[in-house]
Amino acid sequence: MNRWLLLLVAALYLLSLAVGPAWWPWRLGNEVGWTIVWELRVPRATLGLLIGGVLGLSGAVLQGWLRNPLAEPGVIGVSACAGFAAVCAFYSGLAAAFVLALPLAGIAGAAIAVALLMGAVRSGTGTVSLLLMGVAINAIAAALISLVLALSPNPFAYQEISLWLAGSIVDRDLRYLAIAAPFMIVGAAIVLGAGRWLDALSLGEDTARSLGADTRSLGLRLTLGVGLMVGAATSVAGVIGFVGLIAPHLIRARVGFRPGGTLVPSMLVGAALVLGADTVVRLLPTASELQLGVFTSLVGAPFLVRAVRKAHGAWLAT
Amino acid sequence: MSSPAIAVRGLVCRRDHAVVLDGIDLAFGAGEVTAIVGPNGAGKTTLLRHLAGLDTPAAGQVDLRGQPLASLGPAIRAWSIAYLPQAASAYWPLRARDLVALGRLPHGADLSRPTRASDAEAVQRALERVDGVRLADRAINTLSQGERARLMMARALATEAPIFLADEPVASLDPAYALETMTILRAEAARGACVIVVLHDLGLAARFADRIVVLANHKIAADGPPDVALAAGVIDAAYGVTFRHITVDGVPQPVAWEKQR
Repeated sequence: MNRWLLLLVAALYLLSLAVGPAWWPWRLGNEVGWTIVWELRVPRATLGLLIGGVLGLSGAVLQGWLRNPLAEPGVIGVSACAGFAAVCAFYSGLAAAFVLALPLAGIAGAAIAVALLMGAVRSGTGTVSLLLMGVAINAIAAALISLVLALSPNPFAYQEISLWLAGSIVDRDLRYLAIAAPFMIVGAAIVLGAGRWLDALSLGEDTARSLGADTRSLGLRLTLGVGLMVGAATSVAGVIGFVGLIAPHLIRARVGFRPGGTLVPSMLVGAALVLGADTVVRLLPTASELQLGVFTSLVGAPFLVRAVRKAHGAWLAT
Repeated sequence: MSSPAIAVRGLVCRRDHAVVLDGIDLAFGAGEVTAIVGPNGAGKTTLLRHLAGLDTPAAGQVDLRGQPLASLGPAIRAWSIAYLPQAASAYWPLRARDLVALGRLPHGADLSRPTRASDAEAVQRALERVDGVRLADRAINTLSQGERARLMMARALATEAPIFLADEPVASLDPAYALETMTILRAEAARGACVIVVLHDLGLAARFADRIVVLANHKIAADGPPDVALAAGVIDAAYGVTFRHITVDGVPQPVAWEKQR
């Protein structure tokens, strides 16, 4: 299955290079064409590839770790928290003063949210406490973002930042890619080796420990990995929701519902989803291009509704 | 008994200032089935969790073959001790064979990689021992509760650990499954493992255990072969129940008859 998914991702990547106001830009055969490819299309497609990959992977990790098929960075507030931290970095001037401030703030915000969620799962296990915690984190992050914007002296700030938060990978140049990519790659490397212990956790935390899982260090490792991935992704692209929910869902039955088995396929499906969605928003006949995050929410939220309705009996213990 | 496979010394456990276990000393040998019985809240599950290294004692220690369990890493602990929790369940509708293969994680198995021959054989052996081979390719959410309990048992057996801990493995099982489970535990002891099982059914304990430990009021009320540990003076006080003591084929079978006032 992974081979086919890789082919799909490669095809969508090439399509993403080709599609836009200027189709097949390399066919222009002149400097302008190649400038479009290298300065606009390659950063955009590569960011889509990486961000989709880490969102899909984060969804799979969170679902395996929290033992819940509804866990997803956007739904449970991890992206929102990263977004808030990134907004703070913008408005404190840190982001302008120091180039790594933006991704670092995003990573810190995401890690805090993940840690809070793990606390909620530890104390009162179950879907309800997890999702309520997510609702709370989302609400707090949204309120704090509004507060920061209200305090801002710049009247254009509100529109600018809300567009940014809606999630987009338009006009991100190679500089953004260079800042965020290392964090996303390191985060992915940290969590990809944890598949065995995610498998063990499907029997619950006690049994996983009896099988040799060091749940405390695993928790730190996954918090760090998801924080790095989602934080870096959010700090360059805003909140792109539902990718982490849909990607593991599409392939879970194919891997026999084994959490560790969902990691790599889910990463590939996530990349395919974001590359595909980012290509579709370029083709939609809207006056200005639709935000990528808005599009994934439009498609993804009904998917969440369906997943919740089908959830009964889909997994054994809740 | 030669040097014990696993032992607890002066074990004290407190939870929210209440004492759960108060100075427990026990040693368990290889090749034996020990049943831990006692009324609800006596601390049976807590004792088993300490033996499995899942809880840290407030005082005292657990020794694994003479070494403090707390000083051993999670890998050695997992390799040495198989633990089957009460009402074991799974959060995902895994395939039965994958579920059982999780028992091979302490041997370094990784289910995302090709299965090694030694792991595949151990999984197959475990499935055969619980008579679960025909269930191997089914998803566990399509199985009955009894079938699922068998596979959970197979998961713990697949580790082939020298110590096997099971917390009420026969709760909510019908008599046929319960007898089968106890027979599997006896076979595990015959293989040389040290088997410690928490039970509520005193009749099964008397029939299948070499030794019975009665826990009551956070202490050991009795410890010995079934006819000693389940004697009238002991369990009546421990449970606050008057038992009728019947003997079937030479095995004592206490029957709870009347609640004491």
